[in-house]
Amino acid sequence: MAEQTQNYAPGAHPDLPPPRSEVGVIGWLYKNLFSTPLNTVLTLASLYIVYLLVPPVINWAILDADWIGDTREACSREGACWVFIKVWFKQLMYGRYPVEELWRINLAYIIGVAGIAALLIPSVPYKSYIGAFMLFIFPIVAYFLFVGDSFGLMWVETPLWGGLFLTLVIAITGIVASLPIGIVLALGRRSQMPVVKALCIAFIELWRGVPLITVLFMASVMFPLFMPEGMTFDKLLRALIGVMLFSAAYMAEVIRGGLQAIPKGQYEAAEALGLSFWKMMGLIILPQALKLVIPGIVNTFIGLFKDTTLVLIIGLFDFLGMSQLASTNPNWLGFSVEGYAFCAFVFWCFCFGMSRYSMHLEKELHTGH
Amino acid sequence: MWNDPHYRALFFQILVLGAVILAGVFLVNNTISNLERQGIASGFSFLDKTAGFSIGESLIEYSEEDTYGRTFMVGLLNTMLVAFIGCILATILGFIVGIARLSRNWMVSRIATVYIETLRNIPLLLQIFFWYFAVLRALPSPRESATFGESFFLNNRGLSYPRPLYEDGFSLVVWAFIAAIAAIVIIARWARKRQDATGQQFHTFYVGLGLIIGLPLLAAIVTGFPLSWEYPVLKGFNFQGGKVMSPEFVSLVLALSTYTASFIAEIVRAGIMAVSHGQTEAAFSLGLQRGPTLRLVIIPQALRVIIPPLTSQYLNLTKNSSLAAAIAYPDLVLVFAGTALMQTGQAVEILSMTMAIYLLLSLLISAFMNWYNKKMALVER
Amino acid sequence: MEEVEVSRHSDKEMVVSEDVMIELKAMHKWYGEFHVLKNIDLTVHKGERIVICGPSGSGKSTLIRCINRLEEHQQGQIIVEGTELTGDLKHIEIIRRDVGMLFQHFNLFPHLTVLENCALAPIWVRKMPRGEAEKIGMKYLERVRIPEQAHKYPGQLSGGQQQRVAIARSLCMSPKVMLFDEPTSALDPEMIKEVLDVMVELAEEGMTMLCVTHEMGFAKTVANRVIFMDDGEIIEENEPQEFFNNPQNDRTKLFLSQILQH
Repeated sequence: MAEQTQNYAPGAHPDLPPPRSEVGVIGWLYKNLFSTPLNTVLTLASLYIVYLLVPPVINWAILDADWIGDTREACSREGACWVFIKVWFKQLMYGRYPVEELWRINLAYIIGVAGIAALLIPSVPYKSYIGAFMLFIFPIVAYFLFVGDSFGLMWVETPLWGGLFLTLVIAITGIVASLPIGIVLALGRRSQMPVVKALCIAFIELWRGVPLITVLFMASVMFPLFMPEGMTFDKLLRALIGVMLFSAAYMAEVIRGGLQAIPKGQYEAAEALGLSFWKMMGLIILPQALKLVIPGIVNTFIGLFKDTTLVLIIGLFDFLGMSQLASTNPNWLGFSVEGYAFCAFVFWCFCFGMSRYSMHLEKELHTGH
Repeated sequence: MWNDPHYRALFFQILVLGAVILAGVFLVNNTISNLERQGIASGFSFLDKTAGFSIGESLIEYSEEDTYGRTFMVGLLNTMLVAFIGCILATILGFIVGIARLSRNWMVSRIATVYIETLRNIPLLLQIFFWYFAVLRALPSPRESATFGESFFLNNRGLSYPRPLYEDGFSLVVWAFIAAIAAIVIIARWARKRQDATGQQFHTFYVGLGLIIGLPLLAAIVTGFPLSWEYPVLKGFNFQGGKVMSPEFVSLVLALSTYTASFIAEIVRAGIMAVSHGQTEAAFSLGLQRGPTLRLVIIPQALRVIIPPLTSQYLNLTKNSSLAAAIAYPDLVLVFAGTALMQTGQAVEILSMTMAIYLLLSLLISAFMNWYNKKMALVER
Repeated sequence: MEEVEVSRHSDKEMVVSEDVMIELKAMHKWYGEFHVLKNIDLTVHKGERIVICGPSGSGKSTLIRCINRLEEHQQGQIIVEGTELTGDLKHIEIIRRDVGMLFQHFNLFPHLTVLENCALAPIWVRKMPRGEAEKIGMKYLERVRIPEQAHKYPGQLSGGQQQRVAIARSLCMSPKVMLFDEPTSALDPEMIKEVLDVMVELAEEGMTMLCVTHEMGFAKTVANRVIFMDDGEIIEENEPQEFFNNPQNDRTKLFLSQILQH
């Protein structure tokens, strides 16, 4: 090359473009795919796997799929029958909630999405008010909207609830309710009082040690036995309590992690200021610790969100339960794959989105401190 | 006295304990009166009563005349079988995917990423349903089975595979195998001693591989291959002979291991990444080659990071195996907390026993983890 | 003696090629599109002590990391003791055995004791019996004056002690050249001296050394030659006396004025 022989004065050598084998499409291909014989073999093998999997899936899900129509006769059976999803869409989303009352759910969705969006977008002001509204007032509003029986709203009993709506209700109630319990348990576990500490450890380890399904069984068969004669409560409420106790234990561990990450100096400084225990916790430690554990809370929520599918085992028709029910409908037999695919897609979007968000938060925390 | 923190703590603890005891008494009283009213027996005497229902798969002899106690054992063993096989498969797959994720080959690492991000973000129950209802139950009938070498048959009744028939002299092969393992242990020790003394290295791995294959093979040749197979044969509508893995078992194991593998892969990746690049560079600049660097420097450090979360994944897998109930695989939850509970109505006893088993398992595993962490913690100032 | 040596090195043409330890010819390196090292020509003779200095990001660390192939160069040649560095693993292995390296962050193996750290490479690369390897380890630990720490773990030592262990670990492989990549910049001030002392002793025993450092005192007393790098190029090289008292290039002057202010 000409540049090589050329002599520059010290310090005057220009930046040269790298040799062609290093950059550009060819350089990239060589470095990342074909640098050694083994690498080439791996690349070809991976390409073959992709060839085996991707075209059939695309053909099935998009190219050969049936989108138009309202009956199963509209489906050619070569590709996916999305007509199935279209026909059952309302049930998959809302269960058997009365059609003319669906606006109540949608209204709550709108408030919820707007609130969460406001919390996530950095430039929106009044974050603490919005946060307080979402944590304390929104659940009450949503409760009255969903259940009804007051303010002139029709009563919708919980057996009619179902689909993605029910999934969201269980997961969000579970996580919101478990937050305060989790905080108390975490503080208790770090407490110096032996009795309190032992009780909290026992509670946390008990729920973390057993599978959720046994907790749900317990909620559905054992809770009625615990209550005084004549007092009954609804299946959904029982499941909710089970989920709540279960997730509170996990939440407690996440929060404990946050409390441990707060440097000792913060505690000492707060004590030096003469703050009482609760003031120290409420004003100094918890705000910092909770901020640290938001990624952990989001991850717990993802786990809980996926686990809510288990409620179908005790006879609640959540999103997966509803699609299972739809695919066992005598008129629509043979479309379970479409149901699972749709369900999987929705769950995946939620979980993937949330996990990306929590990763982003984690990154921010790492760079921020 | 009220302002003395010691008394305040004491008072508060008595208060909490009192509240817990009161709540307990309230619940126990209610339960007892409810049980009496509904005419449900209490206590564990039901364990000796005849269960009266049959179970599709069992590792031990079981019939309808057996007791609930035996039902419990059958369920527990089935749970442990699924968990054991699931853990092994998940570990193998997870390590492969985790290492693939770190590969410098772009295609390989991309495929691993897609695998991880897809599987871990879809509920496990959905995956179990998919494998069970959409794949295994949708397979053709036994007459149209998919077959591999005319000895494995996959159909909607499960996977039929040849049953090994042991003939005279097979024990010799087993003994040869045991001898090979013993020999490898001895050789490994000898090789280390020799290296310590003379510096000469010995290819223990290849020699070991040769022994573990060669010795049993030799024994088999000497005894004239004392093992034959009973192949499954299609008779009428189903296969006779051979052995069958039920579709429930296959789909449960598949779903559990592929799902857990996606988490293990991330753990493996994080473990390897946690060993700083400087360690590799230091080893390289001392003249160590890639293999010894991995074996002597990277893996020992990565394993310390990997093993604790790995054990908790094993625990998760074991707990998740309880989802078997949703596709009617007879695990502990289905046969005991399901069928037996429905028949006897003794919810308190049965659920306590079931939960206690899982709890015991968790406590054992976390005890192991604490012990391991203490033992392996890097010594710091 | 000293004078003879200096005069010999000041005139490169007179040196017989057997004396050459490391030779870099028209070497270029890129990180992606970024041209990190530009047309580097450098010859290091046996027993020479070279200090490389320059502002951060000038490519000085990259330069010495190329010499034992921790980084790959894309153009030109690097020849160490007659072996050219290419993608050939055999060549890399031969070169790495003879080239020791010290890192800013020590990079001791935290799961091994100090003595095991030292004995690891002699056992697995030189195929020595353990007893012999440990004897050599102890010998060099004594030389860096910490034999009493032999059975502790690196995490239990101070930074200065760790870096001295790292020196001992390298010496156990009896390298012909030592590369130092800012060996003292991660250390607390009071520990810098104990490491520099060991390095000076090494120099006095005739070890060939290439040292990236900001310790100008070390450069003045120990180096035969100081090289100033900026923006991926060797801007100026000279004997320390000349280099510090009479820098030629403006960038060198600027750099020296900044670094010597404190």
